[in-house]
Amino acid sequence: MTQPEFPKGRTMSAPLFRKVVAVAAAAGVAGLSLAACSTKSDDDGSSSAGGKVTITVDCQPVAAQKELLANWNADVDAFQKENPNIEIKSVSVGTQCNNPPDFTARLQGGTTTDIFYGYMTDLQQVLDSGQVMDITEYVNSSTVPTWDSVDTGAKATFTEGGKVYGIPTKNYSMGLVYNKNLFQQAGLDVKNPPKTWAEVRDAAKKISALGNGIAGYSEYSAGNTGGWHFTAEIYSLGGQMVTEDGKKADFNNPMGKQVLQTLKDMRFTDNSVGEKQLLQWPDLLTNAGAGNVGMFIGAPDATTAIVTQFQGKYQDWAMGPMPGQDGPAKATLGGGEGYFFKKGLSKEQVEAGLKWIAYQKLTPGKGQFDYVRAKPQDNPVGLPQPQLFTVGSPAYAQELEQRKANANVTVDDFAAFENNPVPVKVEPPNAQAIYAVLDAAMSAVLTDSKANIDQLLKTAEEKVNQVLATGGTGS
Amino acid sequence: MATITAHGKPAEVSGSRPLPPARRQSRRRRQLRNNLTGYAFLVGAVVCFAVFSWYPMVRGIIMSFQRTRRGETTWVGWDNYERIVNDPSFWTAWKNTFYFTALALILGYAVPFFVAILLNEFRHAKGYLRILVYLPVMLPPASALFLFKYYAYDPSDAGLFNAILKFFHLPTSEWMQSTTMTMPAMVIASTWMNMGAAVLIYLAALQNIPGELYEAAEIDGAGIWRRIWNVTIPQTKLILSLMAMLQIVATMQLFIEPLILANGAGTQDSATSVAYLIYQHGFFQNDLNGAAALGVIMLGVLAGFSFVYVRLTARQD
Repeated sequence: MTQPEFPKGRTMSAPLFRKVVAVAAAAGVAGLSLAACSTKSDDDGSSSAGGKVTITVDCQPVAAQKELLANWNADVDAFQKENPNIEIKSVSVGTQCNNPPDFTARLQGGTTTDIFYGYMTDLQQVLDSGQVMDITEYVNSSTVPTWDSVDTGAKATFTEGGKVYGIPTKNYSMGLVYNKNLFQQAGLDVKNPPKTWAEVRDAAKKISALGNGIAGYSEYSAGNTGGWHFTAEIYSLGGQMVTEDGKKADFNNPMGKQVLQTLKDMRFTDNSVGEKQLLQWPDLLTNAGAGNVGMFIGAPDATTAIVTQFQGKYQDWAMGPMPGQDGPAKATLGGGEGYFFKKGLSKEQVEAGLKWIAYQKLTPGKGQFDYVRAKPQDNPVGLPQPQLFTVGSPAYAQELEQRKANANVTVDDFAAFENNPVPVKVEPPNAQAIYAVLDAAMSAVLTDSKANIDQLLKTAEEKVNQVLATGGTGS
Repeated sequence: MATITAHGKPAEVSGSRPLPPARRQSRRRRQLRNNLTGYAFLVGAVVCFAVFSWYPMVRGIIMSFQRTRRGETTWVGWDNYERIVNDPSFWTAWKNTFYFTALALILGYAVPFFVAILLNEFRHAKGYLRILVYLPVMLPPASALFLFKYYAYDPSDAGLFNAILKFFHLPTSEWMQSTTMTMPAMVIASTWMNMGAAVLIYLAALQNIPGELYEAAEIDGAGIWRRIWNVTIPQTKLILSLMAMLQIVATMQLFIEPLILANGAGTQDSATSVAYLIYQHGFFQNDLNGAAALGVIMLGVLAGFSFVYVRLTARQD
């Protein structure tokens, strides 16, 4: 094809000009697409400039959590006023600060904040990612004034090989959460919650007899939460998920059978756990918030979630200890949360981060323990947990005194839980992989009246042994 | 006569003598200048593909042979593949995925084609009907699936499907809570959500079939099924085979349906798909390398299938 001849004497012909413009435009579009693809911010917030130390911190409440957000921002302002050389940049990562897929993505993408929130059970994942800093040399009672009062067990969950990688800020253990209203309507003693699984079963029958789609007891069976609760329940009977050496499954026994049999009987003999199954955390709490659940296994902060996220009311809820087989539970599942420090922070940033956590999370009367501020708000004061400070320590006494003085929930409603402590056990190794396997057994007994429990446990045992034999996944 | 080179190919036919290097270079430069606009437009697409498709693919393959522990990445050969194949849900996930793909091929592939034929027959309100069929595609998949989960597949009699079944005195179902109904229920929801786009593509293909062919068939006494079999299907064969391949590749990557409708694995693992297993390993089990290995296996299976499929259909053509 021949090109048309262009008039002489012009520096750029019209078609050539159009071509150049087109090229420039295309290059612009390409540049824009790349710019749009890129997520690098102009300020990563981790630098210290002009003598001021800047740190980014996540888990700031979202806009919908108005009071919590206002409290957080007030804490930041007060802290910065006290420490004019520190600037806190807050980042919100959703109502559930550690939604596992998001957390993993941030961790692997290296986009966590300088001081980042995580569960106690995240330590292995965080260590494997290579994103965390050893802060042993910085953590002491001068950087965190209440450090010596912090519960040793909680500290241990963020420690490996004598090295400290995080600071615990909340802890929990599971018990029986129950709806007082429904207990009353069903003629049950509100002050005397069931203490054994047989009593739970009886109470569930009475509550579900109220009708209107109310489940006397509700249970998880999907998204790994079924396996999580199976673990808590077998602990309550004195069982364990894996052998002491962590090499074999250890739940295919009368205790494992008992857990599944009780649930199956409640579903198909008593019809007291509702028709809708395959529930996971938000499903169950949505039903609970709507007043359709009589009892479930959970930690005290489940009531906070029911109120702040699922439109429930504090006055409806109370808690008893984890039920056992013939008496008190042998053990219960515990866990908690805290903050990690991103690798590569300067000494000043680590110290600033510790100072902030000490201020907002570990000082009686401040931040999460500012009960005077929380009392008139929709935030519960008087729940038995978190119980971060060792019983008898100075911080414990101070926190307890302020909590009792400002309680806005009926402390008595949680007395049965608080006054009957149950030994706490942590999650098994490779917890999520094991939970995923046990979901199948939990979903089976809650959806299939012909489910063969012996076979389910045998299959689950084989599968868990398979997971453990291949070295597990490290979670 | 063209000169034959040592490789048996004709040499450049641009005259009886090869061009001198200077002229060849200026010709290349002219060609380059002429095509500059095209290249410029390509840059954006190529860069985006490279960054978001090819690089992650290569990175995934590399990761599948590595293991990262305590921030240290080491080469571990086939260890990740061995671990992932030994995952208790590995074979269940593949079985479920193939089952879903097969069901989707029966239902999800045939239904849009027949809906398109039906729509093509309408003389009035064609535009409105097309919009109606396409509407579900505009609904975000997560919202559509939540609708199915909470309204259609409610296991009680209050659920939409159960209410309809009950009205006709038919047995009701537990839908997602039944191991046997989980897959068909996911296929129904998936077909409803996605068929709009396929219907429009089929409609476009149907409208390209010359009317005379149908007239001739009618004159020869062909009924509706005969016309579909002997005229419609042969005339839309190319698009039908392309859509079949696209559908199989897409349905093999089943993920959002189990995630939302079955809360992941479903009753007794009846909804676990390969893509969901990748998600479990990558985002819940601190096993990105295992997830990468499973991703590579899936890539291999899909690439192998696509290769064989293209070869087979090319031979038929």
